[in-house]
Amino acid sequence: MSDAPILKTAGLRARVTDEEIEILKGVDLEIRPGEIHAIMGPNGSGKSTLAKVLAGHPGYEVTGGSAFFDGQDLLELETDERARSGVFMAFQYPVAIPGVSIANFLRTALQARLEDGEELDLFDFQDILLERMELLEMSPSFAERAVNDGFSGGEKKRNEILQMAVLEPALAIMDETDSGLDIDALKVVARGVNTLQKERPEMAVLLITHYQRLLNYIQPDFVHVIVDGRIVRSGGPEVALSLEEGGYREYRQLQSTASAA
Amino acid sequence: MPTNEAVQDIGLDDYKYHFITEDEPVFRSGRGLNEKVVREISAQKGEPQWMLDFRLKSLDIYNAKPMPTWGGDLSQLESVLSDIFFYVRPQERMERSWDDVPANIKETFDRLGIPEAEREILAGVGAQYESEMVYHSLKEEWEAQGVIFDSIEDGLRNHPELFREHFATVVPPGDNKFAAMNSAVWSGGSFVYIPPGVELETPLQAYFRVNQEQMGQFERTLIIADEGSRAHYIEGCTAPVYSTESFHSGVIEIVVKPGAHFRYTTIQNWSNNMYNLVTQRSLVHENATMEWLDGNLGSKLTMKYPSCFLVGERAHGSILSIAYAGNGQHQDTGGKVIHAAPRTSSSIVSKSISKGSGRASYRGLCKVYEGSTDAKSNVECDALLIDEAARTDTYPYIEIDENQSTVGHEARVSKVGEEQLFYLMSRGMPEEEAMALIVRGFIEPIARQLPLEYAVELNRLIELEMEGSVG
Ligand SMILES: Nc1ncnc2c1ncn2[C@@H]1O[C@H](COP(=O)(O)OP(=O)(O)OP(=O)(O)O)[C@@H](O)[C@H]1O
Ligand SMILES: [Mg+2]
Repeated sequence: MSDAPILKTAGLRARVTDEEIEILKGVDLEIRPGEIHAIMGPNGSGKSTLAKVLAGHPGYEVTGGSAFFDGQDLLELETDERARSGVFMAFQYPVAIPGVSIANFLRTALQARLEDGEELDLFDFQDILLERMELLEMSPSFAERAVNDGFSGGEKKRNEILQMAVLEPALAIMDETDSGLDIDALKVVARGVNTLQKERPEMAVLLITHYQRLLNYIQPDFVHVIVDGRIVRSGGPEVALSLEEGGYREYRQLQSTASAA
Repeated sequence: MPTNEAVQDIGLDDYKYHFITEDEPVFRSGRGLNEKVVREISAQKGEPQWMLDFRLKSLDIYNAKPMPTWGGDLSQLESVLSDIFFYVRPQERMERSWDDVPANIKETFDRLGIPEAEREILAGVGAQYESEMVYHSLKEEWEAQGVIFDSIEDGLRNHPELFREHFATVVPPGDNKFAAMNSAVWSGGSFVYIPPGVELETPLQAYFRVNQEQMGQFERTLIIADEGSRAHYIEGCTAPVYSTESFHSGVIEIVVKPGAHFRYTTIQNWSNNMYNLVTQRSLVHENATMEWLDGNLGSKLTMKYPSCFLVGERAHGSILSIAYAGNGQHQDTGGKVIHAAPRTSSSIVSKSISKGSGRASYRGLCKVYEGSTDAKSNVECDALLIDEAARTDTYPYIEIDENQSTVGHEARVSKVGEEQLFYLMSRGMPEEEAMALIVRGFIEPIARQLPLEYAVELNRLIELEMEGSVG
């Protein structure tokens, strides 16, 4: 695909707000509409940090580099503006919002996308919600539960994908959505993502995962390996397969020679 | 969400009841509280001698009792009280037809949406303006079944025995300084009687409005829910914003006879220079249930602890309250349950939200007398802090003289977390809406108990209060 990238980061650096140590040490990433990118890397290498920095988490500050989304300077936008212009992140650890039902939550999120004075059609909303829940094999009554309140690990992940399905982002960042899912749930979630992409082929996906298993169901166009806040290798699906074999040993060595030099 | 239109409607001030009606009262007492004022009030109402005696005795009790030193800061109150008018009579008589209410007063209640509510969802409506009820009406079908819903003055006039049998039996003047004050100068409020077995399907509502600057409102409400009856009473209160302090001190007495079920809902939204010190108490007989649902917004200081005296076997009392303490406000609220019979049960759920320099305190008492075997009580306090400066504290008093009883207490404080806000904002909600949604979720267990219109109103009021709370 030869379109302009939907997301382009160059030398993106970030640290925890007001702390010294950088976590992202220069990330270059280019994602075009419709592409699926996977990011793999050892624990603590900065995957979730990258996702949160792209979504605009106030706990992190960008110390260098750039990030453009759909031609606009992403770093200039507030978290909610990013979301409304099409960035979505499925959280690795979503928080509970007691007393707020999933339906109410999503209704509010959709309403926020409308122009001032425009009202969301509640019947249309119900239809969309039910249809999406069916796609993800969720019981309709689930929509009445308070967001993530007392949810099992798997329910939380499924709820993240439900939100993604309803909000229809241009770029979906999925942070370890596969972890904690049983094999059936994994297939349901993967089918959901694939269906969404079939409906909207321009949707780009950034999958953060530790396991090749997810990539059997959602096939990536590109795989990146991130170690210590930098992308150290990019390639096709074969990169993931080789990781399955050899782990991160060779990259860590690369890393230590690099820092020794 | 508040639409832009709604926000414009309110203007620059986020208190939507800030409009002042220009009018001349037909009578106004002098400033401050003294015997002359008490005698004037009684004479204006043409009361029987026993009531005048009761008032004068109450005034003595008031003068003898020291200002409470607990609860909120009452150090300025003495001087506020010497400046306010204790009695302001807005019109000659109370009206039964909305059309007969004087235009300026009618306009006030029109703006508050009272007549519409009456047409649509209520069994009866009462409206108090300054010191007097200006309007009272009850749907005919309920009147035909013997329901009484009247001003407290008409209750005394038209049902003297029933009135005297119950008046001041639940809250005697000696109970506390402000109950004594109210007993001396009470004016306005409702008298309600629900006959045995009668079940009111829709609520009765009373609306209290203080319009004059520097006045005190002292309504007194007496409710008798006779055996096996069932009803719901709702009260709403507002006042415009003045630069000087005003004072509101009501007394609500409720007798819930055997097997009856009564719910009393309050949504108070006073302007933030109002002292609001209210005594609300119910006497709950065997197999009866009393539910207080108490929403406190606005005011400078609110001290209010709805209580249930569970005096009959298997009596049940429930107190659900929500308080919102914005900048400069102190909400000192909670509940009291007294178990004085076997197998009585009670539950207190208290939720508070504080923002900025606002302070919300929970103050509660659970007392179980000896012999109240198998009594059960559960207290839950839940405080939400909107920002770093906000403050909350909890003063639970538990006194148990009966070993064979169960009392549970649980208190939680939470802050609106960065992670919660980020989560909502990452779904496209602007920060204010995200905050409002979190708060709405927090009060949902209480809002759910309200009739829909009131739940919507409560949410709206809190959203208005919160506007400008972020950024
Ligand atoms: N708010 C924070 N405060 C302090 N350290 C942080 C914070 N956020 C991230 N870090 C640190 O930054 C590093 C990267 O964390 P991050 O969560 O991005 O890793 P990850 O690649 O997602 O790991 P995992 O595979 O375990 O999910 C870790 O060492 C982590 O401890
Ligand atoms: Mg992570």
